Amino acid sequence: MTALVLLEFDAAGIKQPSRSAVAAATALGEVHALVAGVNLSHAAAAAAKLPGVSKVLVADSAALDHLMAEQTSALLLALAPHYSHILAATTAVGKNIMPRVAALLDVQPISDVAGVVDADTFVRPIYAGNGMATVKSSDTKKIITVRAASFDPVAAEGGSASTEAVAVGDLPGISKFVSAELSKSERPELTAARIVISGGRGMQNGDNFSLLDPIADKLGAAVGASRAAVDAGFVPNEFQVGQTGKIVAPELYIAVGISGAIQHLAGMKDSKVIVAINKDEEAPIFQVADYGLVADLFTALPELAAELERS
Amino acid sequence: MKILVPVKRVVDYNVKVRVKTDGTGIETAGVKMSMNPFDEIAVEEAVRLKEKGVATEIVAISMGVAQCAETIRTALAMGADRGILVESDADLQPLAVAKLLKAIADHEKPGLIILGKQAIDDDMSATGQMLAALLGWSQGTFASKLEFAGETMTVTREVDGGLETVALKLPSIVTTDLRLNEPRYASLPNIMKARKKPIENKKPADYGVDVTPRLTIVRVDEPAKRKAGQKVGSVAELVSKLRTEAKVI
Repeated sequence: MTALVLLEFDAAGIKQPSRSAVAAATALGEVHALVAGVNLSHAAAAAAKLPGVSKVLVADSAALDHLMAEQTSALLLALAPHYSHILAATTAVGKNIMPRVAALLDVQPISDVAGVVDADTFVRPIYAGNGMATVKSSDTKKIITVRAASFDPVAAEGGSASTEAVAVGDLPGISKFVSAELSKSERPELTAARIVISGGRGMQNGDNFSLLDPIADKLGAAVGASRAAVDAGFVPNEFQVGQTGKIVAPELYIAVGISGAIQHLAGMKDSKVIVAINKDEEAPIFQVADYGLVADLFTALPELAAELERS
Repeated sequence: MKILVPVKRVVDYNVKVRVKTDGTGIETAGVKMSMNPFDEIAVEEAVRLKEKGVATEIVAISMGVAQCAETIRTALAMGADRGILVESDADLQPLAVAKLLKAIADHEKPGLIILGKQAIDDDMSATGQMLAALLGWSQGTFASKLEFAGETMTVTREVDGGLETVALKLPSIVTTDLRLNEPRYASLPNIMKARKKPIENKKPADYGVDVTPRLTIVRVDEPAKRKAGQKVGSVAELVSKLRTEAKVI
């Protein structure tokens, strides 16, 4: 039994959610990894160093740049006969591609797997994580996306896999990448950050999110937001933590002015330590917080920034 | 251009769901049901495209128990023109739904199918992508903006680091993200009018689709509960506890 993991990468190497997908795959058997796109030498070398990966497939084609679903799924379909399981992280890329691969193989995909029971049986959250469903697949091949927050990523170094170029056949021409507007930030990515500080509706407007900046800078934290703050237009959607946004599980999660709606808790309740700052003592966020501070955030945040600065 | 909009009947997003004590699933008896919120955004987008003259007809489709007709009525009240109900008591999983939708699309020949990006019950986020695969069409998932020019649709997508724009050949599939639009409330006159709009009744067998589930639910457990921790009295105490007790900063 061999599993294939579709990796996402950037200039810094293999992205952390993909390394968590590799960790999930190692529970299933031998693991091969796939890097696709252009100028892959750096990514292929990084993939070959992932512990647990025995072979790296390298698919070099301009049509695979940006990992568009139509083309990448066609490639995975061609590789599928060699594998029992095909996995990717539950990211915008993984969610876009993997169900498409599954349909082409006449398989029901298993989305956002949070636990591997055996080769056919997996645990996944339903209803915004209010239930954990154990599901058994009767399909001969499993197509899986992996909830990165549920698996400790494999290290970036330590392995020594072989690499092999794969032939890329004809890919569909029905879609084309036009442009990307990625937010430029010196801060870590939300899903990979060791510390996350998020603001909610209590922030009152987008400008007030700057109150989080000195704290995030000091702690090396990523900045997130609740859906309420995104819906209110305070910050862009890529900040959103929750059922319909990103799922995070950092060492420390600081929720500021967030009431703690079910859909937000679904995105952060696996964090190791949770801090809540809210002026409403009854806010549900306090029921999951390890440390709760009942305070007006407009006084607490500058104080927190000053306190961190002090030492 | 004809637009199909599949709509799912789910437990209302305001309901605090409970795992059944026997661990067989989620308690749905006597619980308020509504249209999946992302599907409301899909209906809204289709109606706006009709108002702009891009779309000519909107067909709302739902699948599942007989009460899914109510979900279709909601779409009709928002502005869809007619409905198709595929009635089944089976657990219809995304693969089966995508196959049924493909059969309907083969017959209806739409230029665009707009779906919600995920249903808030099973959180699979799969049906739109699977339907695109079965039809061999392009897909614009997690869309926050659509633009049409001739045979091409330009879709702005919400991706992990920001936004991505793709150009897709029509016919195509769109799945909706939160910021595509804000769905309207149906007015009373439109609710009355919707009662007269036709809904076709079908069964999976009419389309020759085997809907047997591929995933068996072995059991459903309550998630691990977090215990409420302690309240701290000041920012200084908080920082001190994070340093010396939790040791995370």
